[in-house]
Amino acid sequence: MTALLPALTAQARLRARHSDDCACSDPHGVLADRPDATVVRHAQVVAKAHAPGTPEPTLTARLAAAAHPDLADTLLAPLSPRPDRLHDRLVTLWPHGTPVDRDDPDAAPWEAVAALLARLHRTPPTRFQAALPPMRGPEKAARAVARMRAAAPHPAASPVERAWAVLPPWARDEAPYPGPAHLCHGDLHLGQLVRAPEGRWLLIDIDDLGTGNPAWDLARPAAWYACGLLLPEEWTSFLNAYRAAGGPAVPADGADPWPALDVPARALTVQTAALAIAKAVAGERALDEVEETLVDACRRMAAVPPDLAPTCAK
Amino acid sequence: MQCPKCHAPMHTYNRNGVQIEQCSGCRGIFLDYGELEALTRLESQWSGHQPPQAPPAAPAYPAAPAPAWGAPHGSHHGHHGHKRHKSFGHMLFSS
Repeated sequence: MTALLPALTAQARLRARHSDDCACSDPHGVLADRPDATVVRHAQVVAKAHAPGTPEPTLTARLAAAAHPDLADTLLAPLSPRPDRLHDRLVTLWPHGTPVDRDDPDAAPWEAVAALLARLHRTPPTRFQAALPPMRGPEKAARAVARMRAAAPHPAASPVERAWAVLPPWARDEAPYPGPAHLCHGDLHLGQLVRAPEGRWLLIDIDDLGTGNPAWDLARPAAWYACGLLLPEEWTSFLNAYRAAGGPAVPADGADPWPALDVPARALTVQTAALAIAKAVAGERALDEVEETLVDACRRMAAVPPDLAPTCAK
Repeated sequence: MQCPKCHAPMHTYNRNGVQIEQCSGCRGIFLDYGELEALTRLESQWSGHQPPQAPPAAPAYPAAPAPAWGAPHGSHHGHHGHKRHKSFGHMLFSS
């Protein structure tokens, strides 16, 4: 495990065609080092070691989708079509792209994200040779709730549990999604976006890519807006751009999008609140103001189950 | 300005000194506070009648739809001094 980082760095350097003792001034370093992923960069090459236990056939199918010419304007294409194996981890290689500026979230390219998602969702999943697995959104939500349960008891856990309990089985990863399957990213947030050298934005991170309910990819911004965190104008520009690009997750005609967004936005609110609680317990700290906002939303959700939920402010 | 119903752009027209916004998509009309009264007054001048009792002011500009479990209106954190909470800035980029 400790040997992974230098080996991964060597892999990226090799692909960038730089020598072993390269001391080049090109940017390089560790972009992420988490239990589920290690990502390093050397010059214009990024190497990612995927989570331990990642099945090779599903990662290869996801990689093939990212490499497909139909998605060249949507997903960043990998540098090689198959994963390598390194220290029992599967490794993929990618061209480097510039991420969204974390210090300037007001400049977030909401309309570009929306257009990318619409294009992704409109791509028929039957286009790819290898069948894609289900997207992993509901699985991630279920894992977040499990992580909260594994942490020490916390007073905010019970409203989150109640909000989770009223969700339909497919949203809790207990049944397949019963609706029409679209190609989905599965874990959309502003960190999943890079600007390619020629200037266009592209989606990255294919670990959760697959088929499912496309509204799931809109659900984080939807949840942030519903919880009062994302400004109405940001939400409106995102939603309008998605509709203008023909995205199939919400009705196109200006009708209320919330019947489609309600369940996924609830699930993402629960997921984010559950992770916040798990992290607060681990860090022996209180929930902050934003995290409390999510728990408050969970409290209100339990009182209005999804099938009864009316929408307001038409 | 965007139409609150279909989000198409709204264009401003001047009708006898009254500014009217009309949606280029659904043709809906938006009136600012007092504009409906101004139009009613103009109409009654033409027809030679006394102006009727002024109706209540047009409702405030409606917000985008939100779910029933959403935060109460006006509780948007982002509004305060146009500075986001640091924790939300982090959340925007987290799985």
